Amino acid sequence: MNFRTPLSTARGLGSAKHGVSHWISERVGAVALVPLVLWAVYSCILLAGLDYYGAVEWIGNPVNATLIILTIAISFMHMQGGVRVIIEDYVYGHLTKAAALMANVFVCGLAGALAIFSILKVALGGA
Amino acid sequence: MVQLTLPKNSVPKGGKHYPAPAGSSGKTKTFKVYRYDPDKGVNPSWDTYDVDTSLCGPMVLDVLIYIKTHMDPTLTFRRSCREGICGSCAMNIAGRNTLACIHGHDDCPSDKIMISPLPHMPVVKDLVPDLTLFYAQYASVEPWLKTETPEPQKEWKQSPEDRAKLDGLYECILCACCSTSCPSYWWNQEKYLGPAALLHAYRWIIDSRDEDTGARLDDLEDPFKLYRCHTIMNCAQVCPKGLNPAQAIAEIKKILVERVV
Repeated sequence: MNFRTPLSTARGLGSAKHGVSHWISERVGAVALVPLVLWAVYSCILLAGLDYYGAVEWIGNPVNATLIILTIAISFMHMQGGVRVIIEDYVYGHLTKAAALMANVFVCGLAGALAIFSILKVALGGA
Repeated sequence: MVQLTLPKNSVPKGGKHYPAPAGSSGKTKTFKVYRYDPDKGVNPSWDTYDVDTSLCGPMVLDVLIYIKTHMDPTLTFRRSCREGICGSCAMNIAGRNTLACIHGHDDCPSDKIMISPLPHMPVVKDLVPDLTLFYAQYASVEPWLKTETPEPQKEWKQSPEDRAKLDGLYECILCACCSTSCPSYWWNQEKYLGPAALLHAYRWIIDSRDEDTGARLDDLEDPFKLYRCHTIMNCAQVCPKGLNPAQAIAEIKKILVERVV
């Protein structure tokens, strides 16, 4: 039997008094990805015409390497934020939710770090 | 996980068929109405009523009143003003939340019209949903003028320009069509305030006479209370008064950004 009043249920635990920073970072990430993804598509078309050594040389260019790393880093951060919202929407159990949120951070962090390290290896190490 | 299927005891099963009396005109339409009686302890059902629409008015509420008067007096639904101002007869008609009193049965896309209570709310009986939490969420945004300045002798003054900002907000009749059409509200009903309560919150945030704007914004800045709105826009699609709660919510988010940038 639940004797909580409806107003008590509606107020819940009160306001967390945060959320605006996450909302801003979602939008900033999305705006940053527009030119970066366009550039990435253009780069893929360009790279398709190069051989292995040409591609390594292209990645070794500091501007190209920096833009690839930015694209990867912002994409994974944006993905982590988006998946987090989906988990918060659909997963209810405290433990399940905590595990899913942590897995999201770990998977996105690991995948992003691996991708960035790979680019650095090629960019700095050469062929 | 979110519950995507109905619990076993809520799955509609069977239902009675009430045919139109012999000699009916050719304007017979079929209405499938959700029926649930908590006293019977059985699953809900879809009862089918073949109604000669030449015998009743043009609105779906007219049909429901005809069914209750002439075919099945046990059918339960709320209604009062019959002109779209009280919000009592909000229900889901042909897959869309609306007010039965201002929705014509000729406007429904087929001659087989399904009528059910507002979605994803506990059902009290038949077409009557339990809106207790919905009203409490409205109360939780403290929808009244809050001031500290001593009350003026006559009235709190407001310029015509500031008054105009409340247009498109104050008209809300709290019928719950918007909130109960919102998937975010379906999945997180106890934590997300829903479009109706947030529209009212915005109405008081931008009221030039109110002196509690900061505290109102503090109370809303929450990943669930406000930010569960993903701009799905169902609220604006279904509002029978033509209001746009999604825009009001977006405006609150913009004001919150304004506070920190």
